Amino acid sequence: MPDGNIGQPVKRREDQRFLTGKGRYTDDIHRQGELHAYFLRSPHAHAAIKSIDTSAAKGEGVVAIFTGADMAADKVGSLPCGWTVTDRNGQPHKAPPHFPLARDKARYVGDHVAMVIATSYAAAKDAAERIEVDYDVLPANTNTAKFAKAPELHAEAPGNLCYDWVLGDEAAIKQAFAGAAHVTKLDLVNNRLIPNAMEPRAAIAEYDSGTGEYTLWSTSQNPHLLRLILCAFVLGIPETKLRVIAPDVGGGFGSKIFAYAEETACVWASKKLDRPVRWTGDRSEAFLADAHGRDHVTHVELAMDKDGKFLGLKVDTVAAMGAYLSSFATCVPTYLYATLLAGQYTTPVIYCNVKAVFTNTAPVDAYRGAGRPEATYLLERIVEVAAREMKMDPAELRRKNFIQPSQYPYQTPVALVYDTGNYEASLDAALAMIDYKGFPARKAASKAKGKLRGIGFSSYIEACGIAPSAVVGSLGAGVGLWESAQVRFNATGTVSVLTGSHAHGQGHETTFAQLVADQLGIPYENVDVVHGDTGRIPMAMGTYGSRSLAVGGSAIVRACNKVIEKGKKIAAHLLEASVDDIEFKNGAFTVAGTDKSKTMAEVAFTAYVPHKYPADLEPGLDETAFYDPLNFTYPAGTHIAEVEIDPDTGVTTIADWVAVDDFGNVINPMIVEGQVHGGIAQGIGQALLENCVYDQESGQLTTGSYMDYCMPRADDLPSFKVGLTTTACTHNPLGVKGCGEAGAIAAPPALINAITDALGVMHMEMPASSEKVWRAAQAAK
Amino acid sequence: MPTVSMTVNGQQVSREVEGRTLLVQFLRDQLNLTGTHVGCDTSQCGACVVHLDGKSVKSCTVLAAQANGAKVTTIEGLAKNGELHPVQAAFKEHHGLQCGFCTPGMVMSAVDLLQHNKSPTEHEIREWLEGNICRCTGYHNIVKAIDHAAKQMGS
Repeated sequence: MPDGNIGQPVKRREDQRFLTGKGRYTDDIHRQGELHAYFLRSPHAHAAIKSIDTSAAKGEGVVAIFTGADMAADKVGSLPCGWTVTDRNGQPHKAPPHFPLARDKARYVGDHVAMVIATSYAAAKDAAERIEVDYDVLPANTNTAKFAKAPELHAEAPGNLCYDWVLGDEAAIKQAFAGAAHVTKLDLVNNRLIPNAMEPRAAIAEYDSGTGEYTLWSTSQNPHLLRLILCAFVLGIPETKLRVIAPDVGGGFGSKIFAYAEETACVWASKKLDRPVRWTGDRSEAFLADAHGRDHVTHVELAMDKDGKFLGLKVDTVAAMGAYLSSFATCVPTYLYATLLAGQYTTPVIYCNVKAVFTNTAPVDAYRGAGRPEATYLLERIVEVAAREMKMDPAELRRKNFIQPSQYPYQTPVALVYDTGNYEASLDAALAMIDYKGFPARKAASKAKGKLRGIGFSSYIEACGIAPSAVVGSLGAGVGLWESAQVRFNATGTVSVLTGSHAHGQGHETTFAQLVADQLGIPYENVDVVHGDTGRIPMAMGTYGSRSLAVGGSAIVRACNKVIEKGKKIAAHLLEASVDDIEFKNGAFTVAGTDKSKTMAEVAFTAYVPHKYPADLEPGLDETAFYDPLNFTYPAGTHIAEVEIDPDTGVTTIADWVAVDDFGNVINPMIVEGQVHGGIAQGIGQALLENCVYDQESGQLTTGSYMDYCMPRADDLPSFKVGLTTTACTHNPLGVKGCGEAGAIAAPPALINAITDALGVMHMEMPASSEKVWRAAQAAK
Repeated sequence: MPTVSMTVNGQQVSREVEGRTLLVQFLRDQLNLTGTHVGCDTSQCGACVVHLDGKSVKSCTVLAAQANGAKVTTIEGLAKNGELHPVQAAFKEHHGLQCGFCTPGMVMSAVDLLQHNKSPTEHEIREWLEGNICRCTGYHNIVKAIDHAAKQMGS
């Protein structure tokens, strides 16, 4: 197979610029006459803003200082939440306003209070220190579980409740539990995480008073969506007058999906001052005010018959929204969470109640996995605990309850319909790769050294490729979730592929070029991929939820098909044959049963130099397609972690890690493996190292830097063993499912299951720090 | 304002800077060498690693004035005559980067490691990278790339 085709580990073309310092990230861009913005943030978790005195702050280099009152005077709107969740009483969720600059109260440490704009960043930062804000400090609550009795954040949300939502039939779940031979119960916390893409968020906004057009360079995963939110909901700018460019973006993991205060304020201020305004967050600001992830407090019960067959699952969760609703916060602990609670199992009845609550913390929204890691964690933990209580092998208990290949399409009791899968295949492959049979001998060898060894499983499923617009619309989404693509031939046969998907590490410039080269039978080198610019690319929805290939790639295939259809007409004319007799294969249009043929390059040239051309056909070879998925895709697999613990120090060493995933068909296996590695690292981070902690008294973020928030480093992690099984997705043209989030979803329960197995305890909250592990090891002595 | 002079990627440069200017700010803002990145404000992430007189340093933790008279090499100065340094080539070959933001610091740090340890073990590579944070790759392919680069350079 030639280089550039599907299935080849083609080396990334992006790498040349990144490896030589030629990447072009937002902060690398400068505009003539630009000013620097700095945001004064609330030092209090909850405080009424009585007055803001900026008189001492004005001075050398300071151009303007804006507050919430200035934005209110200009009728700047609230940052919206784009998904309406309907509560158990049929009411929409409570949606208190979220102004880019606080107007009456500050509601978390890091909330935006004033914007200082100066001729240098240092001058802006210095001036911010001279602003005097008179705060009336109020009692605050950062504890998710204690929301009900806490001080009220918003008058619009009594009891700090955003919504109380239910999925499932309460009577049916009671009946399922009534018939159970055994019920396993577990209380667990899904710890709050701070995403920490390595490139801090940044924005540069420029206004052209001659044309009335704005340009925003921003670290966004979805520039069109950002444009839509800013134009339609916040700033009242026609979409034709705002161009959003997301150039090279240094990681996202969800945190760069959302519309934030800073870029909004920069766009607004750029017109007010008629000067470009730039802002680059520092890491401390990222800790304080980038949307955080997870933060669930959950009680779960699993009902089984005497043989361990699952009869029912009941889940009660309190999910933190933070102080305000971020762009898609509401859908994460509902439609991306409760709908995944069947996992890989045939559990017939599932009931889930979610209370989403406001706390004096940074907003919480989608972070790698978004709802699915939370669902997988509780499910794979309770299955593990159930196996221990039932004295069954945890792998065999899983196997006993797996949905079987003969059962697809499989309607789960939580709305989703799985199209395909083979869970036993991935479990068996993982068991073989880790040598499960050899585990008792390895455990004995560890014991002989005074070490504790444990093994832990995670058989996960996720719903990716979000999602059929009609389905998400019926569930409250404010947008459609299709994707667009444009395949544009030039006369010389080169092709520009304009995709609505955005790459911020995923390697789309390589993968999508492989895809188009394959579809059109043209050299890989002739294909260039363009992304991240609303000025060049048709309306699009962007990258999140592992959707780029499943949805964005499908749109590309559809555009390629249109190119081929038109090409057949051109070729038929050139070959003096009927269109119906033209076959397209390997880049050539051939009259069936003959050797008469035209290449794609010849057809493209003819389309632009149409001297001999069908009279009723438009010139040009430039096709746009939109693809709305027919279903979610369902990547699934089994990860197995094996750990060795030193009981004297509490240090957990990951002795082995096996991941066997089913992502459907794969375009570039090298890139897919890289995605799996990175996902696992973030999952291990959650389970072993990372934890966002707010001080319970003051509401201060105590893990506000890399000195306090424990990021996974190279010496915390092992090398991973990665394998694939394949069942092709049945409802998209490539048979692909998506691979970006799997590791982060699968890893945390695998690791906690392994650690608790080693320690002989039923549960341990994440992160399983050395201190916690040491205490458990000492208690067991 | 004081004037600082140094040799950056073989070129002699001189600029007036505020005393508080960090080396990374000098490189990025004065010289437009934007390959050196800033990923944190506590000298932890290593996105800003450059070579100062041949040794890797975090350029966010060095004042421009402290580099006066020194020889500085940034990621832009590593490839010679359009030919990638073996460490750069190995990162590409083994998919040791995704978003690319930590990459310049990772590469500069790895080059320094291989200057004084020509055949590091996996454990030594991982320990050396303690001061460089990557959020994308899980380090698996970074470690693999550095291991292969060491073998390539040793052969």
